[in-house]
Amino acid sequence: MPRTKKPTNGRARRTGRRSPVASVALIAIGLLFTGGAYAMVSTSTATAQTETASQQTISEGEKLFAANCATCHGLSADGTGTGPSLIGVGAASVDFQVGTGRMPMQANGPQAIVKPVQFTEEQTAALVAYVASLAPGPALPEAEYLDAEGDAAAGAELFRINCAMCHNVAGAGGALTEGKYAPALEGVSPEHIYEAMVTGPQNMPVFNDMNISPEDKRDIITYLKYLDNNPSPGGFALGSLGPVSEGLFLWIFGLGAIVALTVWIAAKSN
Amino acid sequence: MASDETSGKDLTAADSSSVEHVTAAAGTAVVARDALKNPGLPPHRQRVTDLDPRAEKRAERTVYTLFYLSVVGSIFAIAAYMVFPIVPEEPGSVRLNNLFIGIGLALALLALGIGIVHWGKSLMPNTEGIDQRHPVRGSDQARERSVEIYHEVIEESGLGRRALIRNSLIGALVVFPLPAVVLFRGLAPQDQDPVALLNQTMWKKGTRLALDPSGAPIKASDVTLGSSFAVIPEGLQDLEHGRLEEKAKAAVILVRMKPEDLNQLPERVTWSYDGIVAYSKICTHVGCPVGLYEQQTHHLLCPCHQSQFDVADHAKVIFGPAKRALPQLPIAVDSEGYLIAQSDFLEPVGPSFWERQ
Repeated sequence: MPRTKKPTNGRARRTGRRSPVASVALIAIGLLFTGGAYAMVSTSTATAQTETASQQTISEGEKLFAANCATCHGLSADGTGTGPSLIGVGAASVDFQVGTGRMPMQANGPQAIVKPVQFTEEQTAALVAYVASLAPGPALPEAEYLDAEGDAAAGAELFRINCAMCHNVAGAGGALTEGKYAPALEGVSPEHIYEAMVTGPQNMPVFNDMNISPEDKRDIITYLKYLDNNPSPGGFALGSLGPVSEGLFLWIFGLGAIVALTVWIAAKSN
Repeated sequence: MASDETSGKDLTAADSSSVEHVTAAAGTAVVARDALKNPGLPPHRQRVTDLDPRAEKRAERTVYTLFYLSVVGSIFAIAAYMVFPIVPEEPGSVRLNNLFIGIGLALALLALGIGIVHWGKSLMPNTEGIDQRHPVRGSDQARERSVEIYHEVIEESGLGRRALIRNSLIGALVVFPLPAVVLFRGLAPQDQDPVALLNQTMWKKGTRLALDPSGAPIKASDVTLGSSFAVIPEGLQDLEHGRLEEKAKAAVILVRMKPEDLNQLPERVTWSYDGIVAYSKICTHVGCPVGLYEQQTHHLLCPCHQSQFDVADHAKVIFGPAKRALPQLPIAVDSEGYLIAQSDFLEPVGPSFWERQ
């Protein structure tokens, strides 16, 4: 009670005479107003590139980078012996690597593995803004290519030609050399699929817009989402790994049933 | 029939005495004197269904229930075919259709089979009996007669005397299969030399490199560092006939690396353009498409038998069963900036064949 009384008392005492900080505040408000008005005019004339991030987000990202990434990628992101330079990798690359939990890398190995995402969306966006501010690179994909409402059949053909040799025709993934592998694509978000095609993370080749146009990428995403949302017409897909899992299933259960029936037929009735 | 009659009675006697019957013929191996005595059949054991009339009734019930179940399964399969049709636009409908028809048919066949086996095992008589195998050798009389018949045939047909007839018959039989050889040869491509077909592909001097499947030509500037392009010769998509045959030979993988990473032979320096190299996509082992490109290691991996090729080093084999490097397509850039072939491959693509030079 006395605490709530006190300020009212103070305010009452102040009425009537100007505070010593009032003039300073007035000048500051005036400066902010003119500055804000100028900024509004200047952004309206600037190109769309500046919509990426504010200086504040970038400096926040720089701090996060220094704390979490600089050990391997260097304080100025120009790479060290243990991590590559990130100058020019672009927003898409950071969003993919950090957004899927591949970075920060758990341990040095054949390739970075997916693990629980380490940063919040805001933190990821700040890191993206910081790395993107270093040098131009592949930008985040436009939302219109991520709606998964393109031509699934065309996407399937492109997928078979460009992706299926590593990722398996049903997107179930597959092995590469020396412990590397192409991951399964089930449940991967459209943004991350798009960003992976544009940036070519780790040993995946780059599929730039001249090779697979943004519309074609949309078709590929449509195909992958179709696979996610529709059951396999053949029944149990057994991981879509083809002869490995199907053969194992038949050897164990098919032959097992035949052996059991044979034993039963040959046994004497009780 | 005759052998069946003998079998029933003789058997036990023949069986138990068979060991003694064996006498050592001159020149055969030693016959063991202490050969195992035939223990005979174990005593017959009665089943539950033989002893207990209620158990017999129960088994009977089980068997006819199984047969009725089989009827239900068959009818269920027919009903499933009608209730769960395959809708052309809905691949998911195949799943239900197959599942329920399969359940019905499996029930029909399994219930039938299990019913029959159970019937046989529990209700039909199960007393043990032995049918002795009848001797394979014919009687001496029959053997003599058959030799006689053989000589009679030779004599009467004149095969021995009329050599002309015999030889012309053999000739006719030898010539008879020849039409089949000619007819089957007609199934293979005519007036085309398979060796020439295998030696060359669609690539010619000046053919533009085009994207698979759209057929759009590729500019050198489109191929950014780390890219991998699936490439076909321009014009392949417009072919009326033999498009897949041509594609199977002409498919190319196009990648770009830093020029300083390329380890090129002096005579092949002009075959690449600013770090862009093109190699045949057909594995030299058994011809699978080699498409697994690792952009950091520059290795190409064949998915079929794990052959590995180093693109930085003229696609030489670094692992696996392939024996030759992938053939390189010499490329250049035309006046409009599009990538073109300098010529066809300078060696046959794909696996080896006899006439390969």
